[in-house]
Amino acid sequence: MKKNKKNEVSNSKKINRRKLLIGASSIGAISLASKNLLSQEANPENLPPNLPEWTQYLGDGVDVNPYGMPSEFEGHVIRRNVEWLTASAESSVNFTPLQDLEGFVTPNGLCFERHHGGVAVINPQDFRLMINGLVDREMIFTLDDLKRFPQTNKFYFLECAANGGMEWKGSQLNGCQYTFGMVHNVQYTGVKLSDLLLETGLKDKAKWVLAEGSDSSGMTRSIPIEKILDDCIIAWAMNGEALRPEQGYPARLVVPGWEGNMWVKWIRRLEFGDKPYLTREETSKYTDLLTSGKARMFTWVMDAKSVITSPSPEKPILSKGVHQLRGLAWSGRGKIKRVDVSIDGGKNWKTAQLHSPILSKSLTRFTLPFEWNDEELLLQSRAIDETNYVQPTIGELQKIRGVNSIYHNNSIATWLVSKNGKVDNVRLG
Amino acid sequence: MSGLVRCILSFSLIIFLVNTTFASERKFNLGQIATKEEVAGWDIDVRPDGLGAPIGSGTALLGEEIYTEGCAGCHGDFGEGADRWPPLVGGEGSLASHDPEKTTGSYWPYASTIYDYIYRAMPYGDAQSLSYDETYEIVAYLLYMSDIIEEDFVLSNKNIGEIEMPNKDGFLLPDPRPDIKNTQGDPCMSNCQVSTKIIGKARDIDVTPEDDN
Repeated sequence: MKKNKKNEVSNSKKINRRKLLIGASSIGAISLASKNLLSQEANPENLPPNLPEWTQYLGDGVDVNPYGMPSEFEGHVIRRNVEWLTASAESSVNFTPLQDLEGFVTPNGLCFERHHGGVAVINPQDFRLMINGLVDREMIFTLDDLKRFPQTNKFYFLECAANGGMEWKGSQLNGCQYTFGMVHNVQYTGVKLSDLLLETGLKDKAKWVLAEGSDSSGMTRSIPIEKILDDCIIAWAMNGEALRPEQGYPARLVVPGWEGNMWVKWIRRLEFGDKPYLTREETSKYTDLLTSGKARMFTWVMDAKSVITSPSPEKPILSKGVHQLRGLAWSGRGKIKRVDVSIDGGKNWKTAQLHSPILSKSLTRFTLPFEWNDEELLLQSRAIDETNYVQPTIGELQKIRGVNSIYHNNSIATWLVSKNGKVDNVRLG
Repeated sequence: MSGLVRCILSFSLIIFLVNTTFASERKFNLGQIATKEEVAGWDIDVRPDGLGAPIGSGTALLGEEIYTEGCAGCHGDFGEGADRWPPLVGGEGSLASHDPEKTTGSYWPYASTIYDYIYRAMPYGDAQSLSYDETYEIVAYLLYMSDIIEEDFVLSNKNIGEIEMPNKDGFLLPDPRPDIKNTQGDPCMSNCQVSTKIIGKARDIDVTPEDDN
């Protein structure tokens, strides 16, 4: 009798738990503010000295999720887009939730997406990579062919040249995700193009490569041959598994340290020529308009940059005392050498701790402990890379480039922490 | 030098000469040689000098109808754009202003690029469905609307590399970055002279999806 009663109680508990979970999973659709408040609430029945139900009863068995997913309580950790930015979701972008991530690796399902003609769905049996133009032999490779070449495994960040592009004129989007989230960092598995091209040979006149995607935008970019032979990869895997469809399955080009648009997804062709092809993406787009009305072209490298991921507009400070400031830094020119953090808007700086591995052209994690006692703070981070390049202020960039260049905004951002712990993206001047 | 050594050396020299004189050897013996037909089907790009332009031609007069049917829904009857879809015409003289308008007429430096892009990616969602002639006709119509060619000008593979676009000299090379010559690895660490006055808040602009914190 006693046992039955207990079961009844637990059944009602389970129902309550389910209700709670439904509530939790819909939070993502509500506001960030309410999510943060709710995440603090605990059910006293689950706290010491009480016995939580997960301690007493069996949980799910194996194979409930043959492909494991994050905890249902992490439903708010998702890519998000800004609908008013673009005319159509098939030619649009969303953003990596950097504020919710730890370490230096981006989980595959959270890597931001940028498509120009939607996600191509390709059976790997139907994949072909054509190499033509100024080569000794024009050739076609299957995915299986590519996997039989010597293999490389490398971590690289991929950043869209337009990351932070909405912030040139002033602080516009109030979130770490929306202002810095067009970047991700994964380990790529693939074949170095310098190895693959041993098979085709190259003619002496070959100076440029046209990389072409097989999606419905036929994405095309020109890349100088020195870069192709230096460190470019045809990759078929990210973080140990096949590329995600939205990241170019079954194979994409990897162009370390250079703007993400060049990392052609769903790659189908590499054409070698003696001149650049000057495609739509490298003339009408991805050129940086200056105040003179002239535009810089072929601005490929992503300069050093950093961001404080917590605290940030999505990660307010919820209590007094010690906290760990967390952030990410990266440079397309090599390794991060140092990151400085200011809590007073750039007047005084402290050097943060860098966490290994510190890899070339890869995101690097930094942290710095700080005390907060209800005072106003102006948080900034400043990256320095191994070439001694110092991440600039927005003022320094504007002085040379104006405010209409859209691309390559790698300036220092400022987060205002208010006395109530809320955090805002602000512009100083 | 012994005869044997001399013999090996001269043999090596012959191999060296063979390797450098003829095309490279295949190192892994992977992949297939592409046929001309296979390459022709996928090699659709057109370079500014006209290299790759397929045989065909068209005029703006012929292009108006196909543009109106297939393009105007998004780009407007006169290339002025619709909703958030981009304008294709206009914006001349705006590039140095506060609100630059980058269109095929005002910004694109090469007519070949318009051809290449329309053929490979347009109409949006029905890529590579236009014929070569239809593509030349649409490009001619756009160039005509931007006052770059006359309505009866026959645009073709023979002259697409010779069209002078208004902004052909609008681009700067090479990339001058790093263009910020600040402190070269040794920035100010304390009592730095900077303004900490807040001159703008994203919260006030109020365009961020979802509620602010």
